[in-house]
Amino acid sequence: MFSSRKRPLLLSVGLVVAAVTFASAAEPGHYGYGKKATPEQIAGWDIDARGDDGAGLPPGKGTVERGSEVFVDQCAVCHGTFGEGEGRFPKLVGGAGTLTNDRPELTVGSHWPFAPTLWDYINRAMPMPAPHTLSADDVYALTAYILNLNDTVPGEFVADRDSLPKVKMPNRDGFIWKDPRPDTISKPCMSACSNPADIKIISTAEGKDLTPRTTGPLDTMQPK
Amino acid sequence: MVSKLAGTQNPLGRRGFLKLGAALTGGLALGAKPGHAEPQTASPPADAPWSQSIGPGVVDRPYGRPADTEAGVIRRNVPWLTAGTESSISFSPLQDLHGIITPNGLFFERHHAGRPDIDPDRHRLMIHGLVERPLVLTMKDIVRFPSVSRIHFIECPANGGMEWRAAQVNSLQFNHGMISCAEWTGVRLSTLLEEVGVKKEAQWAMVEGADGAHMNRSLPLNKCLDDCLVVYAQNGEALRPEQGYPLRLVVPGWEGNVNIKWLRRIKLGDKPWYTREETSKYTDLMPDGTSRGFTWLIDAKSVITFPCPEKPLDGPGQYEIRGLAWTGNGKVKRVDVSTDGGVNWQSARLHEPVLSKALTKFTMPWRWDGQPALLESRVIDETGYVQPTITQLRKERGSNSVYHNNSIQTWQVKPDGSVFDVQLA
Repeated sequence: MFSSRKRPLLLSVGLVVAAVTFASAAEPGHYGYGKKATPEQIAGWDIDARGDDGAGLPPGKGTVERGSEVFVDQCAVCHGTFGEGEGRFPKLVGGAGTLTNDRPELTVGSHWPFAPTLWDYINRAMPMPAPHTLSADDVYALTAYILNLNDTVPGEFVADRDSLPKVKMPNRDGFIWKDPRPDTISKPCMSACSNPADIKIISTAEGKDLTPRTTGPLDTMQPK
Repeated sequence: MVSKLAGTQNPLGRRGFLKLGAALTGGLALGAKPGHAEPQTASPPADAPWSQSIGPGVVDRPYGRPADTEAGVIRRNVPWLTAGTESSISFSPLQDLHGIITPNGLFFERHHAGRPDIDPDRHRLMIHGLVERPLVLTMKDIVRFPSVSRIHFIECPANGGMEWRAAQVNSLQFNHGMISCAEWTGVRLSTLLEEVGVKKEAQWAMVEGADGAHMNRSLPLNKCLDDCLVVYAQNGEALRPEQGYPLRLVVPGWEGNVNIKWLRRIKLGDKPWYTREETSKYTDLMPDGTSRGFTWLIDAKSVITFPCPEKPLDGPGQYEIRGLAWTGNGKVKRVDVSTDGGVNWQSARLHEPVLSKALTKFTMPWRWDGQPALLESRVIDETGYVQPTITQLRKERGSNSVYHNNSIQTWQVKPDGSVFDVQLA
């Protein structure tokens, strides 16, 4: 784009301009585009409830019993009446103690670390065909019901903004929030890196019949 | 173009080409006109029918599309993988792509509540929380800000996730197609955050989509200020609806799901939100039962895209092994290729441009003698990180972690030229 002879000069001019621009852009409102978000606008969209401390949970409450009614109406078609899951839709219940198993079952009870996250997720994303249409009370009730199905809270539990953050989920301490990678170290050997006699195929996709078509129209394979 | 394809990557020959044409017109009926009658004499020496006729004029297709004979080059899904297609994934056909840019119609998809069709005039971006001036921006406002264009890949961390236990799916597309790469144009997130004024207590941002999932993730503020982009364009045109139209976040080098599509809200806070998508999903279960959270980085990975199960070899002779390499840590430094299952390696040629957090193309000439071969590629990134084997990863992480399988892919070449997905001891 630039000739190499002119480049240092242009570059230094560019840096000065960039520095000036950056300094002025650092002032809030430099461009002045858009409109100040009003409290009403913020209230409408500010839907998040924070997982670990429940910050953002709204007023309202719900019982386990009410939750069981809402669940039958809104959730059971995919998740099963008792959260056991239909088809490939997620199981919500069970799996306690399976996290070290060969086939672990990750559910609200066995895996989720924070109860307010359950309220937040149901509220923002469920029920799947009509997300974010349930009342806060009904979301609290569903949260209470699902926690109760997992034996995490008793039958008389009432979910609200004070009680949910206090629920100690079984797997609360099961997470490491600092990425330990890189967790493999290799030296990129270039020749005679291993004994050719030791090179063995231990698994192959050949003949497994799990691969959809990769040519022609889309595959119509049924779930297996 | 056709002869080049037929000669190298798609060695079907004329007979295969005709079969393909018949399959396409018969099976797909994509509106292609019935072909001209086959000439009695092959071309050459005869002129082909299209050389003795006049074709449709300009604006016959006001928005262009691939040749009808390319109709099989499409995103595909794995029906048994998810309950339905609304919360699911499709895979880019890497076996048919050339170079580092993914065409917009073939960019892989991951939706959590289907693809919303958004009216850009009614779309808004709200920025609030620990800021001095909470703002609501229209698309017009956002496009007015100083713009940047950057080429970056986006990869779902579940790419290769079906292979943790064993080689299962005999396909490049289905084992590696949850990655695509595009030139993104938009405004730096840092520009928007400077405009609203970040309060000093702010450490994290919650980013949220306007889709039915209200898909949301927490991001550390320093990443937001470093290189994140709020983009409205992809490869020179408006974002595709599948990619977040009219507005998405691009978080270079980090796992796909934090690149929130249909972006409508950014809220600054002092702590992460621990959303469902960063606790019950997108965390990596280890053999001791603990889960790793906030594993955003895409580690270095590479794969040979030719040959592959979809593109076998057509008899012994001279070939060009081709592939792609990438790393969330910056630039690809080197790619080595082995044809004997990792006993001996040779460094491949990297093709310009080699860009940070973008796909990088590599090639290596290879004379195939018709004997069985085990092809592998291994990338080393600019931090010195070396792509691991699946055995190394399993030793550290077991086989239940679903995400972040960046292991070396082995392709088994049989004497008949067919190629299979295998794993080695």
